[in-house]
Amino acid sequence: MIDPHSLPRLMHATSERPLTLAQHETAFASTSPVTSLLEELEASGLTGRGGAGFPTGRKARLLREQRGHNKFMVVNAMEGEPASHKDQTLLSANPHLVLDGAEYLASIIGANNIAVCVARDNPSVVNHMTRALHERTRRSLRGPKLELHTPPWRYVAGEESALVHWLDDNESLPQYRPNRPHILKIGHGPALVDNAETCANVGLIGRFGAQWYRSLGTADNPGSTLVSVTGAVGHPTVVEVELGTPLRAILDTAGADPDPQAVLLGGYGGSWLSASHLDAPYDNEALKPFGVSTGAGVIVVLPKNACGIVETQRVVRWMANESARQCGPCAFGLPALAEDLTHIAHPSRDPQGARQRLIERCAVIEGRGACRHPDGVIRFVRSALDVFAADFTEHVHGSVCNGSRSTKHFASVPSLEREEELVWE
Amino acid sequence: MGVRRRSGAFILQVNPILCDGFGHCAELAPELVKTDEWGYPILKSDPVPLADAGTYESARYAERGCPRQALHIHRISEKKPH
Repeated sequence: MIDPHSLPRLMHATSERPLTLAQHETAFASTSPVTSLLEELEASGLTGRGGAGFPTGRKARLLREQRGHNKFMVVNAMEGEPASHKDQTLLSANPHLVLDGAEYLASIIGANNIAVCVARDNPSVVNHMTRALHERTRRSLRGPKLELHTPPWRYVAGEESALVHWLDDNESLPQYRPNRPHILKIGHGPALVDNAETCANVGLIGRFGAQWYRSLGTADNPGSTLVSVTGAVGHPTVVEVELGTPLRAILDTAGADPDPQAVLLGGYGGSWLSASHLDAPYDNEALKPFGVSTGAGVIVVLPKNACGIVETQRVVRWMANESARQCGPCAFGLPALAEDLTHIAHPSRDPQGARQRLIERCAVIEGRGACRHPDGVIRFVRSALDVFAADFTEHVHGSVCNGSRSTKHFASVPSLEREEELVWE
Repeated sequence: MGVRRRSGAFILQVNPILCDGFGHCAELAPELVKTDEWGYPILKSDPVPLADAGTYESARYAERGCPRQALHIHRISEKKPH
């Protein structure tokens, strides 16, 4: 049994190679496996690690109450966030912990299919996963059917309705869901979608129980989480931390710039947090007053000499390009936001009007897409307007900071392979 | 119908995936729909009582007149106390 008060939990006993099934069984051996899984899961207070932070137990109960004899358990390891590496790290370290959790969840909801979704652009993870699934099926053919799916890597392809749409109909596009909670379906089978890290946590709870799980973390946000730290760090790392650890301690562990200007939390649909709040504990309850959430466990460190507006502009331009272009407000609105930000970052004509338009367009676009993609971008832009307010004023009045002339950038953005499509008409 | 319609309220909802910004709804139900700078509808979000027959009528015109059939009227029935 793993010591309840020690880290790492999820990354326990890992080495450079992924753990084999036998190694995993010895490392995570449990004397008293849990009997009533759903009750334990609800008692553990685990929240989803994919970004929304919805209680996993409640979601599982909702799916358990659904009728249907062909239910699906979907493991979402798509990792759409370019700055996030946690799922890929977890799956290359211990794929069987994730699969354990997926099997526990499948048994809770009564699913007879488990679909593991990994982006096809990441061949090493696909290989590790293929091998792990092969080991499982060779051990026993009983239990739910395990399948590996490799959708293309896109930002919105990891959104749960887009993922289910892919499994159902081979189209990675988000679906329209007016009434929530909405039960996603593959064919006629209700589907439960959970992030890979959430599944790994369920794997731990299924082996050691809620009591053990709650011995780390805060009362509202128990357990540990994986955090990808990028930006102004020695080299990008994924660290496992206890929820409720002060942000500054996480940055120290990752070897980040000790005196940053701001940090980006949650992902590219997340928010900037000013460096003056770095002593806040890293959990959703404590970060809520700052309008920030832990999201998908992304931290991008922005140093003092960088320009926050240029970073925001690059991210928004990329996010606009990643829109699925299904809904007008997203397909036309996000490029317009990116254009306004460009006019502010590199002032050419009328930057003041651009800032005014930016604020107005944020209000117009919000909440009008089928998925939450535009809302995420707007949260991001608004937090930039808030955190870099002084910089915005300087840029608007024509005195551009030195950071915006630099070619070194901190928020990593994949190259825009379809940039010409930004001009869409 | 007329009697039943007087209780409760409705909202006009749009499926943004289907919507292509034809703009018919903004002409048929100007009291419920505005358009943004790209021609896509911005719908009034707070419920309108069904007793407001004129507005309900134009909402129905908008729903019927949408070339993409992207609009629908969502009725909110009043919860009766037991």
